[in-house]
Amino acid sequence: MALVKAYTSSVLLNSLSHVGTRALGTSAPQLAVAKTKSSLAKPGMKNIVLVDGVRTPFLMSGTQYNKLMPHDLARQALKGLVTRTGLDKTAVDYITMGTVIQEVKTSNVAREAALGAGFSDRIPAHTVTMACISSNQALTTCAGFMHAGVYDACIAGGVEFMSDVPIRHSRKMRALMLKLNKAKTMGARLSLASQLSMKHFIPELPAVAEFSTNETMGHSADRLAAAFEVSREEQDDFALRSHTLAHKAQQAGHLSDLVPFKVPGVDQIVDKDNGIRVSTPEQMAKLRPAFVKPHGTITAANASYLTDGASAALICTEEKAKEMGWKPKAYLRDFTYVSQDPKDQLLLGPTYATPKVLEMAGLKPSDIDVWEIHEAFAGQILANMKAMDSDWFAKTYQGRSAKVGAPDMSKLNNWGGSLSIGHPFGATGVRLLMHAAHRLVKEDGQFACITACAAGGQGVGMLVERYPNATV
Amino acid sequence: MGLVDGLVNPLGPGLQQPDLRTLAYLEEVAIKTAKDLASGDLKAKRGPKNFMEKAMGTALQYDFIKDQVFKKARGFGELAMTSESRGLVGLFHGQTECKKNRFGKPEKPAKTLAILGAGLMGAGIAQVSIDKGYRTILKDMNHAGLARGVNQIQGGLDKAAKRKKITTFVADQYMSNLEPTIDYSSFKSCDMVIEAVFEDLALKHRVIKEVEPHLPEHCIFASNTSALPIGQIAKASARPEKVVGMHYFSPVDKMQLLEIITTDQTSKDTAASAVDVGLKQGKVVIVVKDGPGFYTTRILGPMLGESVRLFQEGVEPKRMDKLSRSFGWPVGTATLADEVGGFCYRLMWLCTLEKISARPWIRIGGGDVNVLKDLVAAGFLGRKSGKGIYVYEAGVKERNVNEGALEILKKYSVTPKGPMTDADIQLRLASRFANEALLCLQEGILNSPLEGDIGAVFGLGFPPFTGGPFRFVDNYGADKLVAKMQEYAAVYGENFKPCQLLLDHAADPCKKFYK
Repeated sequence: MALVKAYTSSVLLNSLSHVGTRALGTSAPQLAVAKTKSSLAKPGMKNIVLVDGVRTPFLMSGTQYNKLMPHDLARQALKGLVTRTGLDKTAVDYITMGTVIQEVKTSNVAREAALGAGFSDRIPAHTVTMACISSNQALTTCAGFMHAGVYDACIAGGVEFMSDVPIRHSRKMRALMLKLNKAKTMGARLSLASQLSMKHFIPELPAVAEFSTNETMGHSADRLAAAFEVSREEQDDFALRSHTLAHKAQQAGHLSDLVPFKVPGVDQIVDKDNGIRVSTPEQMAKLRPAFVKPHGTITAANASYLTDGASAALICTEEKAKEMGWKPKAYLRDFTYVSQDPKDQLLLGPTYATPKVLEMAGLKPSDIDVWEIHEAFAGQILANMKAMDSDWFAKTYQGRSAKVGAPDMSKLNNWGGSLSIGHPFGATGVRLLMHAAHRLVKEDGQFACITACAAGGQGVGMLVERYPNATV
Repeated sequence: MGLVDGLVNPLGPGLQQPDLRTLAYLEEVAIKTAKDLASGDLKAKRGPKNFMEKAMGTALQYDFIKDQVFKKARGFGELAMTSESRGLVGLFHGQTECKKNRFGKPEKPAKTLAILGAGLMGAGIAQVSIDKGYRTILKDMNHAGLARGVNQIQGGLDKAAKRKKITTFVADQYMSNLEPTIDYSSFKSCDMVIEAVFEDLALKHRVIKEVEPHLPEHCIFASNTSALPIGQIAKASARPEKVVGMHYFSPVDKMQLLEIITTDQTSKDTAASAVDVGLKQGKVVIVVKDGPGFYTTRILGPMLGESVRLFQEGVEPKRMDKLSRSFGWPVGTATLADEVGGFCYRLMWLCTLEKISARPWIRIGGGDVNVLKDLVAAGFLGRKSGKGIYVYEAGVKERNVNEGALEILKKYSVTPKGPMTDADIQLRLASRFANEALLCLQEGILNSPLEGDIGAVFGLGFPPFTGGPFRFVDNYGADKLVAKMQEYAAVYGENFKPCQLLLDHAADPCKKFYK
């Protein structure tokens, strides 16, 4: 077991040096190994393309964004998309955004954001929720519209804002207040008011735990890491890798999907993510476990942090792009969603989604040049890698004859991931897509696979194909 | 208690079987903890954690207190070797045996159950089915009855959630298995119908005729009757080989026993299926043949009949309860009579059965049947009607004896003819019970003494420490019991006539029900 750990750690650290050494992409991809397929286009099926996508800087919750409301972030992303693409604000047919912690006043945040960003009020908009894969859901919902021929051009994005959360009055208090509202006479009101007790004043915080199992995600992830024998060292190393690669990418200017934000009430322009922090293994080892005490392995350093941010992408049919003179960056190809037991397989979405989407497309893991996998916790992503590398797991739980095959570490999250850049739940999906599309160009690849887990025990798998002559 | 310093969480699917990996994880954590303790990184917190523990710690320093506590420990050691413990151990083994299906695997294990009648029993049977994964249709005649039943089930699940036995989420998932309805439209996908309507033969006949046309060929019809002969019920069925009795005990979610009754026509597969469902519902199952009162209802009869005679002879209800409880009954005989929903009601109805089954049944006799008639006429039916031998008032702990019932008993009072010592009263009751049980084995109603003991203890509360009526006979000594019964028979007649099986065991000291 020590050998395996040493191997994994060294692979992790080695991959740091291998990354980014390829030349900037030319128009014709230079492939080392022949692909199973030359393209994922399917006869009779429309080609849906990604024109471009942007995001606001992702900031730790409680920092410069803390006086905003969620739709402020979302509309900033939409405005940024307009600026970046030169989009006419009447040119899209539909807008969908994903979000998780809902601000009750703006329950359809997509609509409020669209109006706030100056889009035509004739463009319908709706909001979706699917935990961490909400903006993936926004993307595929719009793709669905376009495949069905209902719309030709859509904006899909997401937002999350946790500097302010819906803290509610207790149910008792709410019931009392509603009754008070209906009481007509002073006498009735006084008699209701006399029911007030200390208990009424205990607030109800937004749930941190899975509704069906009452277990917090960090606790579940720690158990998952233990089940897959992922050590504390491996997790700290992976987290360090994520921060290091994100920092490098930041310096090299790869994080170009970011649009600067002049936040009202904040003097300095916010133009970079503020959660990227390159530490040392010694410092990380000092931290105490956050969820399972005292022997857990997940700490604040190897887990993603509460983040505020928003993202938005313009997707359309290939015909529409040609008609409008838009230059696509990638094709959105096959996608799928998966679902498992929320108690013991909460975060194994990628393990189930990856083989499914690859089979749909007729590809093998070795065909994938760029992997973008959501990093909820280092322990979670490593557990998924080990699951995909396990014949026993594949046979016992997935009904497969052999293991899926873990993604190549040298192709995985090369510009950092959710651990370092941050994870505004609703916005991450589009960020993964933009990293995938841009990395395909810069690393000279053809196919990318995006996969993520989500609360509720669900997951997504999406395949992206580089568009001919795409540039970043 | 301070035995455990730390816990590890159970793990889910991973690189090996979850339970194996969890044990390996436990080992890893233990080793790391030991290393940390050795290096000083971790400090053990062993002192008393709260005030209670500190107080206990201080108190136990005094010998006098220690002795009081450890007296019990010595007592425990003594207890472990007595016949009582053997009785209980026997019951444990019996319980394990009765969790096996001696009819083999059913051809088509049931997936969907339908319960007719959303009353106390019907709703209870539904409650123990929905949490075992059965799709359960609950039918009643009208919405009011149905709502009452559904509320009962919801209440039961809410209580379990409150006590943290299950989460509310899981309770909701269980409720999703329940399909309340007032018509038969969903019965075409049903594998087993359990009828729990009123105890009236004509009504049950009507119900069978009504439901059978809606059922698929393979569907089994089970009746929850506690005494109506299954053979009689089956007369209205077009498929008598599919008819079986499934006698549940109230409250269904707490009483472990299920008494299954087969007729000569019941097929082996039907029996296998009924046992299979009962076991999946978490019950301990005994399978008996069809006969008046089957097993459990029948063996209670003579004892309750004897109790009426004892009341007439002047034994006070509270004394009767005290004596029966000290004999080992969890519930005193007078209270038991009230609990079984009006024993008088039941005894009278058993007398009707005598007529139905055309069998002379002197054996339930003992007391004057007019006592029963008067009690019923006065509405003293037991707990259900608020008044029986005792008065049942909400919020009153010490139950008062029902003056009205006492008057009726006085009206029929007789001078005691036989011995009236405490031990005799206990034995008069127990011997009639045990004798009837042995008679059931003799007549082939029961399959084995083991099922007889389990049925008596888990269904009726026969003193568990005796291990059941058959083990009681073994321990007391069949010959001694026969001698006592003949003593009582000399005074009271036929009621105390020992059955042939008991006489055989008395004659041969090597004959025992258990080795």
